[in-house]
Amino acid sequence: MDQNASQPLLTVRNCRQSYHKEASADLVVLDDVDLTLQEGEIVGLLGRSGSGKSTLLRIVSGLLKPTAGEVKWRGQPLHGPAAGVAMVFQSFALFPWLTVQENVELGLEALGVKKHEREERSEEAIDLIGLGGYDGAYPKELSGGMRQRVGLARALVVHPDLLLMDEPFSALDVLTAETLRTDLIDLWMDSKLPVKSILIVTHNIEEAVLMCDRILVFSSNPGRVAHELTVPFAHPRNRFDPAFRQLVDDIYGIMTRRAPKEVQAAPAAPPTGFATPLHPVSTNLMAGLLETLSSPPYDGRADLPALAAALQYEADELLPLGETLGMLGFAELEEGDLILTETGKRFAEAETEDRKEIFAAQLKAHVPLINAIRAVIDQRSNHRAAAVRFRDELEDHMSPEYAEETLRTVISWGRYAEIFEYDEEAQQFGLEEEDEEEA
Amino acid sequence: MTNYTPTILAGRRLPNRWDGAALLLVMGLLIALVDVGRGTISTPIAAIQNTTIHLDPSYLPYYALRSTARMFAALFFSLLFTLTYATLAAKSRRAGMVLVPILDILQSVPILGFLTFTTVFFMGLFPGKVMGAELASVFVIFTSQAWNMAFSFYQSLTTLPNDLQEVSRSFRLSPWQKFWRLDVPFAMPGLVWNTMLSMSGGWFFVVASEAVTVGNTTFTLPGIGSYVATALREENLRAIFYAIIAMLVVILLYDQLIFRPLVAWSAKFRFETTAAITGPEPWMLKLLRRTQLFREIGETVNGAMRSVFRLRLSFAATRQVDESREPSRAVDALWFAAITLVAAYAGWKIIGFISGTLHWHDLGQAVLMGACTMLRVIVLMAVAAIIWVPVGVWLGLRPKATRIAQPIAQFLAAFPANLLFPPVVLLIVHYHLSADIWLTPLMLIGTQWYLLFNVIAGAAAFPGDMKEAVANFHIQGWLWWRKVMIPGILPYFITGAITASGGAWNASIVAEVASWGNHTLAAHGLGAYIAEATANGDTARVVLGVAVMSTFVITFNRILWRPLYAYATRRTTLG
Repeated sequence: MDQNASQPLLTVRNCRQSYHKEASADLVVLDDVDLTLQEGEIVGLLGRSGSGKSTLLRIVSGLLKPTAGEVKWRGQPLHGPAAGVAMVFQSFALFPWLTVQENVELGLEALGVKKHEREERSEEAIDLIGLGGYDGAYPKELSGGMRQRVGLARALVVHPDLLLMDEPFSALDVLTAETLRTDLIDLWMDSKLPVKSILIVTHNIEEAVLMCDRILVFSSNPGRVAHELTVPFAHPRNRFDPAFRQLVDDIYGIMTRRAPKEVQAAPAAPPTGFATPLHPVSTNLMAGLLETLSSPPYDGRADLPALAAALQYEADELLPLGETLGMLGFAELEEGDLILTETGKRFAEAETEDRKEIFAAQLKAHVPLINAIRAVIDQRSNHRAAAVRFRDELEDHMSPEYAEETLRTVISWGRYAEIFEYDEEAQQFGLEEEDEEEA
Repeated sequence: MTNYTPTILAGRRLPNRWDGAALLLVMGLLIALVDVGRGTISTPIAAIQNTTIHLDPSYLPYYALRSTARMFAALFFSLLFTLTYATLAAKSRRAGMVLVPILDILQSVPILGFLTFTTVFFMGLFPGKVMGAELASVFVIFTSQAWNMAFSFYQSLTTLPNDLQEVSRSFRLSPWQKFWRLDVPFAMPGLVWNTMLSMSGGWFFVVASEAVTVGNTTFTLPGIGSYVATALREENLRAIFYAIIAMLVVILLYDQLIFRPLVAWSAKFRFETTAAITGPEPWMLKLLRRTQLFREIGETVNGAMRSVFRLRLSFAATRQVDESREPSRAVDALWFAAITLVAAYAGWKIIGFISGTLHWHDLGQAVLMGACTMLRVIVLMAVAAIIWVPVGVWLGLRPKATRIAQPIAQFLAAFPANLLFPPVVLLIVHYHLSADIWLTPLMLIGTQWYLLFNVIAGAAAFPGDMKEAVANFHIQGWLWWRKVMIPGILPYFITGAITASGGAWNASIVAEVASWGNHTLAAHGLGAYIAEATANGDTARVVLGVAVMSTFVITFNRILWRPLYAYATRRTTLG
């Protein structure tokens, strides 16, 4: 197949996506990304949330115009949603007021296909994807798995050359997702899918290794292709094959490798640490993980893939948790392993009040934002400080969403550590009454 | 029953320069209507419409039919307005900047205040013809329906789910296809709900707009409203009683044949991923859905409509979203300049129009009268709250009682309260009571039901596990009201209260002046002020009165209701 596909289906060159910010520098979501898609391959874009992989998918689909760079579809520059590209959405994106058949026919209606042919083709797609008998049902009558099958049928019915899938199985439970994956791969292997190539965005490492021929691993902030690797296994693949496990382990290693080291070469953001985006990890979750780590069978050291499997977490959920523990000095991330530090062990063994003290000490040592907030509160004679000034400062360095998330996180941590209080109604930081008297 | 945020609560809280511009534009437009109307008058229009209204009850079915037809004509125009105006406001950023504040102002203008302008305008366009009077009446009903429908549609269009928009674009639906496939269906539940609210409120204005005197222009259109007006003039209490019965029948039919089936049907469009527990299917909808004949008719209509919706109608390629592109500042500046110019011109026209006949003390008087009416509204709301909150909570906490009371409250809300005025007026005349006090309750007769209706809904929606927790901790008495029930129903209460108070302002124009034969009772207030100016054809005072009342209502909404509603929804919901 590869020999006659001399012209790539799609090429992306030096693609950059940034959001313009007034005053300060642009927020870069994607930076200098290259991508080539050949006919006959399944390619995965793997990365954490915020790595810009979904943005890249929207650029490829023609929904979004990149700030800079070149996108060519079959050799022609792309200026909008192209014929021959169809998309499957994470949220299924079905129209609740249309039946299964009407949802599937939607793309054909837009093409102006006549009624008879529309019905024939939708029937075909519905049967292919295992939805026969559900034609007249409304989406809300279907289970999640069945809904995503409708999403698939809707994309396939237009016979696209390229099928784009945006985290297609992440809203489904584990078993349903597995069934859909194998069904899709079976159809692909039997050449029953009317598509030439598939591009999948995912944060699930195993899913990427299970389905893709090629994986592009993205790093975050800004999104870049950190690594590209080929999956050498033939379908159907076996999750428990040692080679499969090794590849998953390797990718965990790649994803836990400290990305900022590369960034530090070009100091775009001031390294004050004040504006480090914080993951919204609750203190309960941290405490739970630290307790789990300190007790058997881990006894202070856990292999991330194994830990993820035991806790039924996906990499995307576990990695921010591990990184947060790392940042606060409770644990260290090392080549796909999570290792408890002395402080982490002390925390795990402490009682509630002592835990709060340890946590407060770690916050003060490692989160400059906390210190900045406390300093402002202490400076003020009324011991109150408006949240908006910190939000504005954060927004100079990150997107409004991240700024909001970071602020929420710091509020929740600061409250737990009893470093300050927060009045939601007034959107102000303050001190507890007894602290206020002391100060 | 689902609760939708009243459109009047949804806008911004702080007034800005757009509101000022919008107020000027609306008032300027009204004055322009009068100008155009006067300009086209070729013959004196005093000798118009001597339609005789027969008080024989056998005429009532025909009159009821005519009134209903007017209602539906207005509804047709309201829908047309909604689909175009709101679409333009939502799709064009620049148009939206002006159109949305204008809509916000329009929904605060007292509806009967429009009467003067539309009457002069349409009678001017069709001098001496029934057509002019019919259009003037229909237009008043239109003004009672269109604004909140358009607002609801606009809100839906600005909250379209992102993923469905992406689907529409990536599958390359044309704008026409997207409008009928995504925009309209997504907006449907809110739009149907608001349409039904509009129609319920509309009966009041149907009745009020059929027998009208503006200065020396008088028209009487065959309908229930003019039947009542004639009965009042002839002091015929029996006829009024017949009219009330006829109206009850009309509302009952409307409620059963249209309101309930339509609201139940629109649930299909509700944007949720799980099948909700729905109430029993209204019998009318069941009939339409299960009967072979109706099914076939339905399918044919449906098929025809779909093939229209499927047309592409435009072959413009769908473009990419370019997030780095900023709107052109030069065009923005031009646009702002144009609006400022038009608003300034409108302001200049208004001043010219008013200053000829009015002085500053007229403004002072209007504001004073406004304060009187406001005092009435506040007192009424307080009294209504004291009565209906306990009753509503009692009913809402008992599912059986709720099932009976809810439809009754809804039904009563639709009943035009102005039909109930005559008996009250008769009592006041008979016992020589003070009009200033005893005319007041009339303002709330029709709209208090919204309060009851919403309080019942709030109490019925109170979470079961919280009820159990409350019982478990023995929370009773005043503590129960203060910490549990009042916060629990607060958003619902405010929803009902704003509808009721808005209705009271509207009703003041007919409630502060009442007559029985040749007795005329008038209370002191802005409503009476506008009503008298209307009857005298004193357009300048009508403009002043309407502007002052709009300002009162807007201020009331912005200072009291919106912050209160925002507070209530923020504090009484988890997450």
